[in-house]
Amino acid sequence: MSSGDGAPPSSAAASGSGSRRFGAASPPKEATSWATTALLVAFLLIATAWFTLQGVRGALAELKVGSVYTDILLVILGIGVMALLLPAARSLKAARDGRTALAEGHIIAARVASAASRDLAWFTFGFAGALATLLIFVQFLIANDLAVSRTFFLLPLIASSFWLVLDAFWTNVYIFCVAEVLVLIWGLVVAVARLAPGAAGKPIRVIATLYADVFRGLPAIINIYLIGFGVPLTGLPLLNNFSQETFCIMALTLTYGAYVGEVYRAGIESIHWSQTAAARSLGLSYTQTLRYVIVPQAVRRIIPPLLNDFIGLQKDTALVNVIGTIDAFNQAKIIASNHFNLSAVTTVAILFVVITIPQARLVDRLVERDQRRMRAGGS
Amino acid sequence: MALLEIRDIHKRFGDHPVFKGLSLSVEEHQVVCLIGPSGCGKSTLLRCINGLETIQQGEIRIHGDRMTGPGVDVNALRRDVGIVFQSFNLFPHMTVLENVTLAPLRVLRQDRREAEAKAMALLTRIGLAHKAKEYPDRLSGGQQQRVAIVRALAMGPMVMLLDEITSALDPELVSEVLSIVRDLAAEGMTMLLATHEMGFAREVASKICFLYDGRVHEEGPPAEIFGNPKEERTRAFLKRIIEAGRL
Repeated sequence: MSSGDGAPPSSAAASGSGSRRFGAASPPKEATSWATTALLVAFLLIATAWFTLQGVRGALAELKVGSVYTDILLVILGIGVMALLLPAARSLKAARDGRTALAEGHIIAARVASAASRDLAWFTFGFAGALATLLIFVQFLIANDLAVSRTFFLLPLIASSFWLVLDAFWTNVYIFCVAEVLVLIWGLVVAVARLAPGAAGKPIRVIATLYADVFRGLPAIINIYLIGFGVPLTGLPLLNNFSQETFCIMALTLTYGAYVGEVYRAGIESIHWSQTAAARSLGLSYTQTLRYVIVPQAVRRIIPPLLNDFIGLQKDTALVNVIGTIDAFNQAKIIASNHFNLSAVTTVAILFVVITIPQARLVDRLVERDQRRMRAGGS
Repeated sequence: MALLEIRDIHKRFGDHPVFKGLSLSVEEHQVVCLIGPSGCGKSTLLRCINGLETIQQGEIRIHGDRMTGPGVDVNALRRDVGIVFQSFNLFPHMTVLENVTLAPLRVLRQDRREAEAKAMALLTRIGLAHKAKEYPDRLSGGQQQRVAIVRALAMGPMVMLLDEITSALDPELVSEVLSIVRDLAAEGMTMLLATHEMGFAREVASKICFLYDGRVHEEGPPAEIFGNPKEERTRAFLKRIIEAGRL
């Protein structure tokens, strides 16, 4: 340290009295450079946006969907982008106010103004960043003479194949609906088996642990392949008459039963032992305690992680194409190879995303409702 | 014959001995208070009587029946021995009424209407009938503990074990819980309670037992134990209690 004896630097020395100066009272940092940068960034983004909109206009003309209306829309977007100048300009003005106030000796007013200037500059950067991401995406779509758009988003093909794909998607829906119900039951069985008490429960615990280890480690796609192709080959009575969908349901139930069993187990173990003590002290048996006291509380806690596993299961229904089941993905692949275009697969992708969103909201709602009912301070 | 007879029990947690030949008996309609320094085994003793903990030696008899060791139907034992915990331990996912009726319905297989009528009568007695449809979290600590007492009473126990039931309560909520215990004592309920409320113990107990070093170190009527303790350890313990302003 060059200042040597640890005395605070110049500002304290300037006050002369020897007492330390209150640091927060120092003059504000200069904000003009931030504001200027914000303005430059805003201009740059607006120029890029216009360039991109020009490209979009060309693309639309080429697709023969361009018209006066799309032109008007593009012009409106172009003008809308210019709104980015507003915070940048205000930031610059605030920076100037701050400088003036400082020159007149109003330190507090200067601080307020330059803080506002920096906030507005960052506001500009934030919007500019989001806009830049969007522009890159649009550029990607229109690049190389619309190659990307044509490959993934060929609207006429999406429209003409939509019902075919949606029809096949019901196979996925059927598989995951049945599998989810079975998984809910089977997972609980596995969890209870893994927690079986005492020396008598030990063999059960071991076998359940073994099951969970094997089926959690086994890739779902291999499991579906083995069951879907293997079981019919064994010629076992009853089993080999099952449909492909049933084999898929079996395979997914086995795989996800292992996951959900662990989720249940974590939920059950998270319930404090005093709840067990209270239930047992009332004369409830081990099973009754699980059924009426522990599992109902555990289930409430595991609903969010359970939804995670269910969404995983839903997406994994797309794996059934390995055994040739005509699900949405398989159907889309057929369409894709017939038309040398992937747009039908995009439809499937969108369908999978779209079905998960309401579920996530439903779970949020359920958890919230339950907490409102049971927690203090709710209505 | 004493209703509850504890004979020479030994218990250890790992290397740490909790009971080294503890004996204690509770007559019918008696209220026995267990006092002693923390960690002396008051709670553990209650949990042993209820079968929530096992003992390694000795025996516990209720009405002359041995209630420890192999072959005991603990579920049946617990039907007759109610316990209330320091931390209430109500079931948070059930309403007050469901908490109280769960065991009568599932263990005693009572008819739902009968169980609910009895539960409502008990809740009315403690002034919480209007909370029957509420969840425990909406209740104050004192109200929760009163519900916990009623939940144990709904099974119609012969003995009630109360494990420091006011220790987790704010001071102003203690009296509402103690007044229920006082009423129970007046009705002749046999009770064994671990407590730090010395004033209450003195008022309500038929017998005070001072637990120390794994045994009942000194026992006697409250006037004697609080007024003129014979043992040095008892005197030292009570002196600390008085210094803390708790007696």
